[in-house]
Amino acid sequence: MEPKLSVKDLCVSFRTEAGKVQAVRGVSFDVAKGETLAIVGESGSGKSVTSKAILGILAGNARVERGEIVYDGNDLLGMSERELCRLRGNKLAMVFQDPLSSLDPIVKVGKQLTEAMILKNKLSKKEAKERALKLMDEVGIPDPRRRYEQYPFEFSGGMRQRIVIAIALAADPDVLICDEPTTALDVTIQAQILELIDRLKRERQLSVIFITHDLGVVANVADRVAVMYAGKIVEIGTAEDIFYRAAHPYTWALLASMPDLDTSDALEAIPCTPPNMITPPPGDAFAPRNRYAMQIDYEMEPPMFKISDTHSAATWLLHPDAPKVSPPRAVLDRIERMRKSRGDEDG
Amino acid sequence: MDNDDILLRAEHLCKYFKSGKNELHAVDDISFYIKRGEVFGLVGESGCGKTTAGRTVIGLYEPTSGEIYLDGVLIAAGTRSHREAMKHARIQYREGLAAAKSDAERRKLKETLSGTLTENSKAIRNIERLSRQKRDTSRIQMIFQDPVASLDPRMTVREIVAEGLIIKGERDRKVIDRRVYETLELVGLLPEHAARYPHEFSGGQRQRIGIARAIIMEPELIIADEPISALDVSIQAQVINLLNDLRRRFKMAIMFIAHDLSVVKYFSDRIGVMYFGKLVETAPSDELFRNPLHPYTRSLLSAIPLPDPIYEKKRRRVIYDPRTAHDYSKDTPTLREAAEGHFVMCDLAEYERYRRIMNE
Repeated sequence: MEPKLSVKDLCVSFRTEAGKVQAVRGVSFDVAKGETLAIVGESGSGKSVTSKAILGILAGNARVERGEIVYDGNDLLGMSERELCRLRGNKLAMVFQDPLSSLDPIVKVGKQLTEAMILKNKLSKKEAKERALKLMDEVGIPDPRRRYEQYPFEFSGGMRQRIVIAIALAADPDVLICDEPTTALDVTIQAQILELIDRLKRERQLSVIFITHDLGVVANVADRVAVMYAGKIVEIGTAEDIFYRAAHPYTWALLASMPDLDTSDALEAIPCTPPNMITPPPGDAFAPRNRYAMQIDYEMEPPMFKISDTHSAATWLLHPDAPKVSPPRAVLDRIERMRKSRGDEDG
Repeated sequence: MDNDDILLRAEHLCKYFKSGKNELHAVDDISFYIKRGEVFGLVGESGCGKTTAGRTVIGLYEPTSGEIYLDGVLIAAGTRSHREAMKHARIQYREGLAAAKSDAERRKLKETLSGTLTENSKAIRNIERLSRQKRDTSRIQMIFQDPVASLDPRMTVREIVAEGLIIKGERDRKVIDRRVYETLELVGLLPEHAARYPHEFSGGQRQRIGIARAIIMEPELIIADEPISALDVSIQAQVINLLNDLRRRFKMAIMFIAHDLSVVKYFSDRIGVMYFGKLVETAPSDELFRNPLHPYTRSLLSAIPLPDPIYEKKRRRVIYDPRTAHDYSKDTPTLREAAEGHFVMCDLAEYERYRRIMNE
């Protein structure tokens, strides 16, 4: 299938007083129409920077070193700010983490919803209001006529996030980028918002890029998953590939470090902290925290090894000459347990 | 249940905040206990009062009503219930007086009234004296959510960790240094970190400093308010393992307030579920997850995302609506014991239904 959006070898760095921070170091991925790609990683892994680069809303001290971001055959990075401005909001939209700080507290919700429609789609006030009410209904806000006249503080966290999603959908985009949209929310509200995003994706055939660090959420929303570490994608595959057949030690470590409802043994914490991105280590950046690391990991950067048509990972462990290692027991046990409990449900 | 085992007990604890003309019932009549060396998890959505409950226990807030006992000794209480009892007694007296026929009856009414009044005003005086006293809370310590905001940026790690000891009256510089170094090593930091400032550390290390500051006082109870939710995924497990290790070693009890249910399940011995200021269910953690009784608990558990895509695609969420889930027009709900150690907020009809479920 023709990808809706594809990112090729993207490199972004930031100039800071301490030096040049290499936040994103050669990231490539595609998102197809109607597909959700989840990007997982810890803070500083470059996942938010990647999404901001797509929208062209990077901070002033950022520089795109090289790479391409192709949307519908056009390279976004080569566009002028004016051309980009026409796409942004219309075709590419974003939902941010904190619904309170992405809404203007002193402007009525209705006005914030219609602002872009009037400005960009040249609708009249009345038409815009009709559309806004329809959108509010679509994202599940009860009593939209009354809510239209209210201020953001009169909304609960979950309702606010629905408004933010409605604003993002206002111009009928093709690509929706969600940057940790549920991190500030409770489990029950989180589940509602995830259901909403999933429903909208199916109904509108959206391409969704979903950024998060919560693997449970990833399992819920993702069709495909990209795992990022230190500015690179270390493993990419379908959700099943990543959760049942993970191949990169970092993915293993992430899976083993989070408890599920049946975990009783000590958690396998990942030792130390992520590397300093001003002077990223040579070789595999995860090597110092990786207990499966080999000598070559400290010297040479591993290429992407293809495991199947949908699944690849950047680790020397996949090299034909590498010793065969199996994932940590905690991960294998969980897969086995999950398989069993599902089997029980089916039978 | 052995009473000697109980370290902390809260009885009918209420904490109301004034908001305009109304009162916000952040914590509304909750009772619970924490045993020695036990991890008691408190879960619920934001705004349900779990943080307020923790802060009231440690004395950051004064209770509006109800009592808190540490080791059987009253450490904090609210006067509201006593004041209401007095008001109620006065009204009853006035009503009784109007209906009374004989002098003997009137005298008896007056006696009952003065009895209630003396008893309650004595209790109020006691509570007021208690709150005027400087509370020695070193037996209860707290770990905060935000490791950046909870450490003074202008104090060195040594000053931060030693502060409690100095307030407790330790003056010997050598003893203080030794204790600080020991504690830093316990939480996985190095003695040379003592001279540094908080901004020189990463989030996980700062949370370790916060933990060191709490455990240097050798507390019997630690209140951990979302201690890992501000940390990165890969660091969360490190901090959970550290807390687990410390509590085994020092037999500390922990009141663990969090919203990540997988972590709470993993870490806690018993769990309390709060909903809008009320404690709706408490049970040992395995039991709670195996047999959730209250519809809110069931809805909460059904919303937990698990790292299993096939299961996730099929997961059905239970929706809780208090208006349709209960019919409390006949009977007011109270916390009842549906099975041993498993308490649930319900009325009599629900209670009988839960008993039947538990017996099956």
